[in-house]
Amino acid sequence: MAPLDEERINDVAQEPVIVAEKLDLTFQTNDGAVQALRDVNLTINKGDFVSFIGPSGCGKTTFLRVVAALEHPTGGEISVNGMTPDEARRQRAYGYVFQAAGLYPWRTIAKNIKLPLEIMGFSKESQQEHLEKVLKLVDLEGFGEKFPWQLSGGMQQRASIARALAFDADILLMDEPFGALDEIVRDHLNEQLLALWNRTGKTIGFVTHSIPEAVYLSTRIVVMSPRPGRITDVIESTLPQERPLDIRDTPEFLEIAHRVREGLRAGHAYDD
Amino acid sequence: MSDAAIAPAAGGFGAGARAVRDVVLPVFVVVAVIVALWYVACVPMNIKEALTQAERGGAVINPEGARERRDMSAIGLVFKNPSYAADTLNQERPRLPAPHQVGRELWKTTGAMVLTGRGFSKRSLIYHGWVTLSATVLGFVIGTVAGVGLAIGIVHSRVMNMAVMPWAIASQTIPILAIAPMIIVVLNSIGVTGLLPKALISAYLSFFPVAVGMVKGLRSPDNMQLDLLSTYSASKSETFWKLRLPSSMPYFFTSMKIAMAASLVGAIVGELPTGAVRGLGARLLAGSYYGQTVQIWAALFAAAILAAVLVGMIGMLQRVTLKKMGMVH
Repeated sequence: MAPLDEERINDVAQEPVIVAEKLDLTFQTNDGAVQALRDVNLTINKGDFVSFIGPSGCGKTTFLRVVAALEHPTGGEISVNGMTPDEARRQRAYGYVFQAAGLYPWRTIAKNIKLPLEIMGFSKESQQEHLEKVLKLVDLEGFGEKFPWQLSGGMQQRASIARALAFDADILLMDEPFGALDEIVRDHLNEQLLALWNRTGKTIGFVTHSIPEAVYLSTRIVVMSPRPGRITDVIESTLPQERPLDIRDTPEFLEIAHRVREGLRAGHAYDD
Repeated sequence: MSDAAIAPAAGGFGAGARAVRDVVLPVFVVVAVIVALWYVACVPMNIKEALTQAERGGAVINPEGARERRDMSAIGLVFKNPSYAADTLNQERPRLPAPHQVGRELWKTTGAMVLTGRGFSKRSLIYHGWVTLSATVLGFVIGTVAGVGLAIGIVHSRVMNMAVMPWAIASQTIPILAIAPMIIVVLNSIGVTGLLPKALISAYLSFFPVAVGMVKGLRSPDNMQLDLLSTYSASKSETFWKLRLPSSMPYFFTSMKIAMAASLVGAIVGELPTGAVRGLGARLLAGSYYGQTVQIWAALFAAAILAAVLVGMIGMLQRVTLKKMGMVH
């Protein structure tokens, strides 16, 4: 594992993928302006696993949506792979995983995963190739011909991750992907996600409400706080690359979790 | 253990019995109650006419004289002359025909005529039903196509949403009985006669439920679904074909069922101002001209059976399609 680690550190030093500078985003609502993001500065490097944690309304999802060009900032700069988010989207720079699997009930798992490929104009053979590759990646071989309702919630979410990976984007943006699943399934998926990340070297932005989940998965944890949405702390993880589930009982893990909690408290995340 | 032992036995013997208990029995009970109520209602409805005829035939009625009885309560008369209750069910021109009279008339004008080889004569309900059916189906098709087209425009264009929807709603607040003769007359004056004017009245009634249902259906995908497609840079037409249209299918079939029923009403109404020549609407009108209540009721039942068959066919199409799409299981 050691050489892989070095390689990753080298990458980190050299290749910024997502760069946000002085990012501001204000929504105009009927009750007046709401500042969803204020002065957000953040650099995410290639191969990073960055978690965004904070209470509701802290702008963590909004930031991810800005990266995906689903929202547009009202101030500051953001670049993805050196391009604007809109250009990056057209270059298929990222796959996006939502909180709900959102599979089409009228399509089989295979046809669901092929959906982005159809839209992006992949050939039939190439669609099949990509499908088989990502089904293996999320451990769903043999389930391609099933309809979504025939799968458990956890398997559906894995299928939606496969859909996001299908077109070989280097960046994976995940908005509370396991938030609706129970804890046991969630543990399992966290483990599988880490393995997938280790194998593929994707850059992952991961929004979560859960401190253990953030600490367990990330190389870096971005702590955010609401009203206005802003970054209050960025914590580099000292955990090793290889992380079995019981690493969550080590003092090192608890130490990082404690820092995250302190960061949330400093940002008044626990106030009413 | 005991549950497991009982289950297969119940499955083997009980399946048929359970179908009888859960489906056949409730349906039978409801129909029986309706028929019974109908018979009971026939007695006071027809008692005055029955008594008048009996009196003409020489019977002694209490009180004597049709004029005497004119303003009396019908139920009171039944209790004063209970022996004539049976006569009320077999009047030649009853106010309310009894179920068996309607059934006999239905058979006489359908099955019996088919047996004698006159199934398509002008006295046959099959002939009139066919005339109404063709206008209904044509109008339904026009209305459905127009409704879907309108819905697509409304969903994709803010201008159409604001400009068309109020008119569509306003169109349905006008009584169809008022506008149907105008459509017939106007189209007739420009030389359009026959099936099309009636079909257009049907379409006028049936486009609305389809338009409203499809607007709802095409808008049913949530923001997350739409966001997902924008992360693929999908175009509006891709979003339509791959997401909006399949999502709208359950809404589509439900609104088609309503549209079909409305279309039949439209066709029947469209047949009234044409001078009562052909179709179930013409039968209804002719029946009321000549006081043929049995004929009216037979035509009404023919229309109801027609509607049930048409709506049932859409329901079957719905089950098959949605099952094939994996949306019901």
